[in-house]
Amino acid sequence: MNMGSGGQVTGQGVQEIHRTSLLTRALGVREFTLFIIIIGFSLILSLLTPHFLTKANITTTAIGLAADGIIAAGMTVALVLGGFDLSVGAVMALSGVVAGSLYLSGTNIWLAALVALGVGMLCGLVNGYFIGHVGLNPFITTLGMMSIARGSSYVLTKGSPLSLAGISKGFKFLGGGRIFGFPVMVLIYLVIVLVMDFAMRRSAAMRQVFYVGSNEKAAALSGIDVSRVKTGVFFLTGTLAAITGILTLSRFTVAAPNAGMSAEMRAIAASVIGGASLRGGEGTILGSVLGVILLALVNNALILLNVSVYWQDLLTGIILISAVLLDFLSHRSTYLTK
Amino acid sequence: MHKEVLLSMADITKVFPGVKALDEVSLEVSPGEVHAIVGENGAGKSTLVNIVSGVLQPDGGEMYFDGKAFAPWNPREAQELGIGFVHQETALCPHLSVAENVFLGRMPQRVRALVDFKEAKAETIRLLGRFATQINPMDKVQDLSMANQQVVEIVKALSLDCRLLILDEPTSSLTEIETENLFQLIQELKQRGISILYISHRLKEVFRVCDRVTILRDGRYVKTLAIKDTTEDEVIRNMVGRSISTFYPEKAGQGEEEILRVEGLTKERIFRNVSFSVKKGEILGFAGLVGAGRSEVARAICGIDGFDTGQVYLSQESVRFESFHDAISARLAYLTEDRKVEGLFLNMAIQPNISVTSLENITRHRLVHRQKETEIAKRYVDMLRVKASSLLQKVVNLSGGNQQKVMVAKWLAIDPVVLFMDEPTRGIDVGAKAEIHHLMRQLVNRGVGIVLISSELPEIIGMCDRVIVMNEGLIAGELMDSDITEDNIMRLAATQRERIA
Repeated sequence: MNMGSGGQVTGQGVQEIHRTSLLTRALGVREFTLFIIIIGFSLILSLLTPHFLTKANITTTAIGLAADGIIAAGMTVALVLGGFDLSVGAVMALSGVVAGSLYLSGTNIWLAALVALGVGMLCGLVNGYFIGHVGLNPFITTLGMMSIARGSSYVLTKGSPLSLAGISKGFKFLGGGRIFGFPVMVLIYLVIVLVMDFAMRRSAAMRQVFYVGSNEKAAALSGIDVSRVKTGVFFLTGTLAAITGILTLSRFTVAAPNAGMSAEMRAIAASVIGGASLRGGEGTILGSVLGVILLALVNNALILLNVSVYWQDLLTGIILISAVLLDFLSHRSTYLTK
Repeated sequence: MHKEVLLSMADITKVFPGVKALDEVSLEVSPGEVHAIVGENGAGKSTLVNIVSGVLQPDGGEMYFDGKAFAPWNPREAQELGIGFVHQETALCPHLSVAENVFLGRMPQRVRALVDFKEAKAETIRLLGRFATQINPMDKVQDLSMANQQVVEIVKALSLDCRLLILDEPTSSLTEIETENLFQLIQELKQRGISILYISHRLKEVFRVCDRVTILRDGRYVKTLAIKDTTEDEVIRNMVGRSISTFYPEKAGQGEEEILRVEGLTKERIFRNVSFSVKKGEILGFAGLVGAGRSEVARAICGIDGFDTGQVYLSQESVRFESFHDAISARLAYLTEDRKVEGLFLNMAIQPNISVTSLENITRHRLVHRQKETEIAKRYVDMLRVKASSLLQKVVNLSGGNQQKVMVAKWLAIDPVVLFMDEPTRGIDVGAKAEIHHLMRQLVNRGVGIVLISSELPEIIGMCDRVIVMNEGLIAGELMDSDITEDNIMRLAATQRERIA
């Protein structure tokens, strides 16, 4: 139980806060390392192929990662809580399919999208209720919800994608539009990420998520309503999955029941690469963004270098394990001394 | 008495970081003897039997078993030599059958890798046949009563040809009749020449079934007495006879104004008919043995765990907190006894660990006001003199004493009217301990009511203006002024009473 730092001071020592915080932030551990890796990777990629640093390629890649990114941001919060949500990919598909079916049966697309959002929120609330209030295991609960949501999507579409011909331009703008040449979907992702990153650092609600994830018993014994916090987090992951589903529908104007297949796994991988821990209590939105970017870059590289995309999963796995291993090795001393 | 010796321990010493749990303790057990080990909480009883059973290894001293040098490296080695350990909480696999538990890890095998259930069953029936029980070897352990589970543990130990059986608080979860049956079983074992080490807080039982008693105090050997030549009084005197060496802040006398009153608080099987009041400006002690129900009462009042019947009045107003959050809003605080498991957010910094209880007060427009958060944390870190490099230092890297201070700080931050402190100085260094003691006195002088739950008698005696002693879920008595002595407390705490059931 030795204290690591030198210069222990009583009382007065606490004025050093700013220095310490700047230092920790600058070294920002995982995020900083990831940033360097991403820059290095991009440099190499731009040397290997002239197609990488083109506006078209970067825009497409960015739009592509926005969907995964929104889901990963929610997943990071679930990981900070000490849980995860396996149903996000399926809920994303379900919300797209719900909106699509309603539109095809004559409902206004905006109203349909609203209902779809509600369905996603409901899925999240059901997850949250069973995990937070009943006390079921998040793995089992969200695995069940994953099957239910995916199954519902197949039932609603009878298994084949719904094509939404003649959909309004306004709605298509969400997923496919540009503002001054900047993709709207990426803008929406950026807004979500900025709001959530701020919330994670400053909001009282997110602080409670950190408390519960850090030590659930201590949180309860500090007067925090643990059930409510848990329910709230799964509501958030469900909502973000629904938003992603609606954006994807707008982008492709197709409601596919198999949309977002294994998006939950990519989201967990990206969050963990970004520094979130399955033990709970750790993780940042910025980290999840960098994790998503890294995985998207690898995918992009495979396409540009004409390597079979089947390599993608394999490489994702290697990167994930390397990241966790790196974390384990760099923190091992703290684990061992405790 | 007995000439032969089955187990002998000489000058056994065991050191844990920062504390000498056993200091040159010696003990001899004869074949067929029931030998009691008694002492206060923390006297070293568990450490001693853990060494005999191979769970822990001593740092000094020698042991002989059946005349041969004996130093088991793990429980299995001790088991193979013939030492059986029946734990206070049974260590059986609840989903498996009695037979499977008895032969756990060494089920008889017919063909290679195929378990011979028939043989296991027959052997278990044979072993069970020696006792007057109706246990079916194919029953699942989870369907048995606590007493029968204990019988299974004993049978399991006997199936290993055990010659020394360790019983750790064997009656703590048994009813009266079950206890009688156990005593009969002990007599039978004794007649077969099996020795028993009997750990118990309950002196009545020790005097019923044991031949000799060894008394430990603060990890030191006090003496061994033959039961027929001694009295309960003499044993108690030897358990506690110690002077209070630490300095405690001066007491302030009794308060007048009542802050909290509890009437007839009852929770089935846990505590019954608990009534007391806390006055402004006093430290009220809750003494008693581990498991007497002290923490449970505090947690029930604070809405952490529920209770069945009874009334709680805060400043003369009837209250019943549905959640701990409500109790905190009414400025009641409960400092948990287990700081690492349920007290602190170890991987978080000092600042959020302190502000967690007052987050609502420093939240504006749903955002945590960081400056105010820092102010709160800084105020209490300074007040408690927490030694840390910064408010952003992770709590996990602090010493035990400083961690404890951080935990106290989070409760001071809600400006409590009543503060329940459960073992507030357990496992911390002397300096931090004294600081917390002085702080407690300062707080009550400012009008806070403190309820101090402690298993350390010197702390109770040194700190409290009034002491309530709990025993088996009931209030056994209340002590004031010069009546607050170790003898009086131990008499109330360890005397066997009617059981709460």
